Amino acid sequence: MPSDIIRYFRQETLPHIWCPGCGNGIVLRDFAVALEKLNYPRKEVAIVSGIGCSSRAAGYLDFDTVHTTHGRALPFATGIKMANPELKVFVIMGDGDASSIGGNHLIHACRRNIDLTAIIFNNYIYGMTGGQFSPLTPRNKRATTAPYGMIEQSFDICRLAEAAGATYVGRATTYHNQLLTRLIVEGSKNPGFSLVEAVTHCPTSYGRRNDLKTPTDMVRWQKENAVWIEKIRDGSASLKEEQFAIGVLHRHNAPEFTAEYLEVIKRARK
Amino acid sequence: MQGNEACAQGAVDAGVRFFAGYPITPSTEIAEWMARRMPTLGGKFIQMEDEIASIAAIIGASLTGAKSMTATSGPGFSLMQENIGYACMTEVPCLIVNVQRGGPSTGRPTAPAQGDVMQARWGTHGDHPVIALCPWSVQETYSLTVKAVNLAEKFRTPVILLMDEIIAHLREDVKMPDPRKLILEERPRPEGGRESYRPFGGSAGQIPPMADFGMGYQCNFTGLVHNEVGNPSNDPGVTDRLIRRLTGKVESHRKKIIHWEETLMEDAEIAIFSYGCSARSAASALKAARSKGMKVGMIRPTTLWPFPEEAVEAAASREIPILVPEMNLGQMALEVQRVAAGRSKVHLLSRVDGELFTPAEILSALKGGF
Repeated sequence: MPSDIIRYFRQETLPHIWCPGCGNGIVLRDFAVALEKLNYPRKEVAIVSGIGCSSRAAGYLDFDTVHTTHGRALPFATGIKMANPELKVFVIMGDGDASSIGGNHLIHACRRNIDLTAIIFNNYIYGMTGGQFSPLTPRNKRATTAPYGMIEQSFDICRLAEAAGATYVGRATTYHNQLLTRLIVEGSKNPGFSLVEAVTHCPTSYGRRNDLKTPTDMVRWQKENAVWIEKIRDGSASLKEEQFAIGVLHRHNAPEFTAEYLEVIKRARK
Repeated sequence: MQGNEACAQGAVDAGVRFFAGYPITPSTEIAEWMARRMPTLGGKFIQMEDEIASIAAIIGASLTGAKSMTATSGPGFSLMQENIGYACMTEVPCLIVNVQRGGPSTGRPTAPAQGDVMQARWGTHGDHPVIALCPWSVQETYSLTVKAVNLAEKFRTPVILLMDEIIAHLREDVKMPDPRKLILEERPRPEGGRESYRPFGGSAGQIPPMADFGMGYQCNFTGLVHNEVGNPSNDPGVTDRLIRRLTGKVESHRKKIIHWEETLMEDAEIAIFSYGCSARSAASALKAARSKGMKVGMIRPTTLWPFPEEAVEAAASREIPILVPEMNLGQMALEVQRVAAGRSKVHLLSRVDGELFTPAEILSALKGGF
């Protein structure tokens, strides 16, 4: 257990606002451990977030941080990274923030392959407003705005990011939290757009309504339903019902946007 | 030179080195000009996926210390409103150019209008400070763009340049000043250590210094009500102080911000109050009226917000009638009426058909004595 991550927090802002049993604190810790492993000079790191429970994470961290508007964290981050490509930029979003109101920005950030590391806290629900369904809420699950069950198809945000051009895509859970730290570290080292989905648990607004009564039940659900991608690839496992893949789901090489623009500057100045 | 080009040139001469935008008539030439020229200056141009993303990107760029701008027209300006409020709340300098076209909705994309005057003031929710400037010529587009960038930096607030389709696409001779001789403002930056730095501190009307991302001050920016160091707060006292300081930044410095031009007001018996493209027709009407012996004068504000109340006084204090020709159904006219407070008779002359006023129709309104 690394003991020193407390130095990365604005301690006067604690305790956090999250409910008892919420998984966001685990994701935030895993992110802080990733920052410790990456060990960038503190002033070279910028952390950008949207709006929602998870996006409050940025304000707890003692770096240059921006808590932006709902869904817009990625275009803010795009401006920061493009204006100062030396900065290591992390973007914290929730599932509704990233895939619904911010869905257009997400696919275009992937398409540009701009060097940002997006961490999506996926609790399958709008927590801060009290439990409405998001585009990541699975079919048949209940939410305050789907009291008879969700009838829409949900996004697989990792496959969406891959299809849109992200060069590093991974998924972990609050149960598989060492994996989560590893994905964030590797995502940050990837010179391009990286998306890390962190499956987290919201007992207050999601679990209670969906037969997962306690935080422990929810973490157990993660343990039982997460399948390592390596096992799927070698044929020793396949996805059933609610199951989902974890691990490094995709990576490829492609030109990075801010580096390409520096070439544009060279060409324009000839 | 075209108005849109003069705007882009003015911005670059004022130190703008980051542009994000989305194509929209009639402002697109600004983005095209920036796409060509920005990289030659080592600056950055990016075409974003929409106008919401465009303003988000320029706010992000400004956080790193870059003077930043976007340009759009009515529908895009509507989309930007939430983040304009964000920039007000977080005190991030930036320039938003709105080349007004016919609205509402898609309206008449290639036709001029002046229908966004009140949107520039109240488009985003909540009480907030606004500075909006409005040029009437290509030359003035250049100089007001420089001024707009300077005001944004000086007061740590977004500034809106309200152009219109006529001025944007007009071609006129322009005398370019030596850009090295321009007086340029830079946002105040912190000098002391991190412990004593208050990025959102100060009393009513004060402009706190702003550190660039990467300088090592580790600031938090949030659109939530926040205290002096930037942490969210639900405290009524903190809330009240913040909102009053933000609006006070512009109100308490209004005399330094507002500007207007008076033409032949000394002996005027009728005043025209006009701005932007409408003021060009009004100036011709004034000339024609004077040649017929009518004592007509003109007040032409270049600052629309904060509203230059002092400019109206020139006519209202003498209780002479005021004609307000504008290409909307009466947005500035109501402000004029408010300030005149019954002392002057205020008459609105409206056009919302996408056609510019002719000098003859303004002259005939003057002759009619309303």
